[in-house]
Amino acid sequence: MVETTRESVKSIVFQLNDEEYAMPVELVGAIERMMHITRIPGTPDFVKGVFNLRGVVTPLIDLRLRFGFEEQEYTDSTRTIIIHHQNMDVGLIVDAAYDVVDIPIDSIEPAPEVVGTVQIDYIDGVAKFGDRLLILLNIDEILTKSALEVHFDNKEKLV
Amino acid sequence: MEVNEYLDVFIEESKEHIQSLNDHLLELEKSPENIEIINEIFRSAHTLKGMSATMGYQDLANLTHNMENVLDAVRNRKLTLNVDTIDVIFNAVDALESMVFDIIDGGEGKKDVTNLVRKLDAIENGELNVSNSSSETKASVSEVSNIQEGLDQFELTVLQQSKERGFNNYQVTVQLQESCLLKAARVYMVFEIFEQIGEVIKSTPSVTELENENFGYKFTVILVTKDMADAVEQKIMKVSEIEKVTVSELEISQNNGGIESQTDEAEEGAVKKEKAKSHQHLTSKTIRVNIDRLDTLMNLFEELVTDRGRLEQIANTLRNSELQETVERITRISGDLQNIILNMRMVPIDQVFNRFPRMVRQLTRDLNKDVELQIIGAETELDRTVIDEIGDPLVHLIRNALDHGIETPEVRKANGKSEKGILKLSAYHSGNHVFIEISDDGAGINRDKVLAKAIANGLATKEQAAHFTDQQVYHLIMESGFSTADQISDISGRGVGLDVVKNTIESLGGSISIDSDFGNGSTFLIKLPLTLSIISVMLTEVQDEKYGIPLSSIIETAIVHKDEVMSAHNKQVIDFRGKVVPLVSLQKVFDVPGEGETGDYYSVVIIRQGDKMTGLIVDSFIGQQEVVLKSLGNYLTDIFAISGATILGDGQVALIVDTNALIK
Repeated sequence: MVETTRESVKSIVFQLNDEEYAMPVELVGAIERMMHITRIPGTPDFVKGVFNLRGVVTPLIDLRLRFGFEEQEYTDSTRTIIIHHQNMDVGLIVDAAYDVVDIPIDSIEPAPEVVGTVQIDYIDGVAKFGDRLLILLNIDEILTKSALEVHFDNKEKLV
Repeated sequence: MEVNEYLDVFIEESKEHIQSLNDHLLELEKSPENIEIINEIFRSAHTLKGMSATMGYQDLANLTHNMENVLDAVRNRKLTLNVDTIDVIFNAVDALESMVFDIIDGGEGKKDVTNLVRKLDAIENGELNVSNSSSETKASVSEVSNIQEGLDQFELTVLQQSKERGFNNYQVTVQLQESCLLKAARVYMVFEIFEQIGEVIKSTPSVTELENENFGYKFTVILVTKDMADAVEQKIMKVSEIEKVTVSELEISQNNGGIESQTDEAEEGAVKKEKAKSHQHLTSKTIRVNIDRLDTLMNLFEELVTDRGRLEQIANTLRNSELQETVERITRISGDLQNIILNMRMVPIDQVFNRFPRMVRQLTRDLNKDVELQIIGAETELDRTVIDEIGDPLVHLIRNALDHGIETPEVRKANGKSEKGILKLSAYHSGNHVFIEISDDGAGINRDKVLAKAIANGLATKEQAAHFTDQQVYHLIMESGFSTADQISDISGRGVGLDVVKNTIESLGGSISIDSDFGNGSTFLIKLPLTLSIISVMLTEVQDEKYGIPLSSIIETAIVHKDEVMSAHNKQVIDFRGKVVPLVSLQKVFDVPGEGETGDYYSVVIIRQGDKMTGLIVDSFIGQQEVVLKSLGNYLTDIFAISGATILGDGQVALIVDTNALIK
């Protein structure tokens, strides 16, 4: 989880649906441009498929779809943030990723009931950073497997 | 000295020595008089003791020390071994093993061994019925006397001969600094030097005591060397924490009687030693490499292959002959490289087999059976990943054979068989597969009994049972909820075993078949792929997506006209060589976006599992290819009908179909 012993949290800032989100750099392995994606059958739509990350087959999650936003064509600024978390390597597709900032711990507030358009479950807190509002994401909730399993159960009947 | 640095080496070597102890003890049991084997065991125990003492694992060292005492007594013919004493030694080895495992798990390798130590003591003192004589086996240090007096006839002969051949005999006294922390380590280093320059004939205190740090700060050895006295001194002083070294010429009083007659023997001994040394040189031509590093190497190599594919494409479009030549060379070299890397990951199946003799011995004693285990083809090599997985299923099958297969000696005798049962474990290569066969000459499988039980357990109906082939009947015992033994024993199963075995083997991409001759034994045959990481697939195309189907499960491919497709129970089937084979469309199963099939012909891949077949409809065949099987990672697990993925030459990912999931 987010480290709290330090004065500030170094975080990657990325953009999704015109809002800014942040994630601790420790989780991030790399930021990649879009590459060829191979669809995986029988997965929820937010799992875009897998791609070849330097020899490792890595699953991709479209964060827009994960949060229930409207799907958008990928552009030149679309990026994949590669996350290493609990033995999982997963790529998160975001609209853009461009910044690394130090977020002071004391500027982080618990998530208000309504912030932007993302469900409260996915949010660890919000940070006021200058005149920007950064939403800190809860990676455990994003990668939770229960979201996958519900879908698989529906698929079992196919054959 | 940082101990952690040596921990890995210590663990690896301890495991090896414990294995060697086990192996040799088993041999010893068969020929208790063989002094060579005892020597071998003694050597392993001795090294183990030295290492553990140096690393500070006192319990481990104590136990080995006592074991060594017993072995020493056996070696000097003060003691003869019987089954019970060997049992105690086996127990001691078990204790050693559990301590080593504790160390591996980060523990301190501590264990209460007093009971075992007492038993060993009792054996050593010739009284097996363990009395209360918990005599401390701490070796007394008081024995240290003039070293020369302790020389026996043999040692004197050696000294005399070496003198005649122009070697120097020295008495070397080494004084360690009192601040020295790891005395045993220093002793070890000094002895290392001794062994480089010559031969140690005798040491006071004895090497054993030195390694146990049972001495002050001084020890004396008799050294036979070609080096001069001051050269020896200088070399030893290079070891740190040495206070002083005195090297003095050793004069042997001419001892006439009986020496001549022993000369030959001494020479023989020398020759033997040399042989042993040259053997050691041969075995040291390997290095240990962490398996993770090999995996990394493999991954890097796979990337290279991907880039090579791209280079080939570029070269083909540019049509520059120099570039094309170079790319061809790279292709060839990397092909060789691939073979080498794959070979490096191969390990002999002996790594799995070597624990079985011990296990069989224990089980047969527990079950009061008499069984001889024969191992054939232990040198057969398999990919490391397969080796790691195959151990448990084999253990289960062996337990099963011993418990349910081979009968008790009385029954065997009554049936006109030899009292000793035979369990044969053999491994061999054939094509791209490795076969492991477990066969026994026991009772075999009783077809009627299996069927009766299967019907009782609801695994089959009476009507079905009448038509079952023998093979089908035997396969029933691998269904879950099945146990044929009338009595449930501790050794094997409550019917939860064989189905697990079957599942494990199938998850490794292998298969298992059973053959049995009622009354004369049964054979379990396991077929495994040589490696899990590289498989042959038939690449197929479904709309814009590519899927690989493992060649091992394909019978053949066929082009089928639409008119040949029939319908049964609302399912598409075809007539394939007289058999009705259901058809499954990959496009439908995998929800591939795009329009439905067009054209009058279907491209069908016929796959098989056991004796069930299914035809997979694809759009087109791309061709057969060797690919590297990769997992989809820990996030996407249990994807229906997908067993993994691979990276194609153009860098894209293609999915590998799990054919077993598509056969119903």
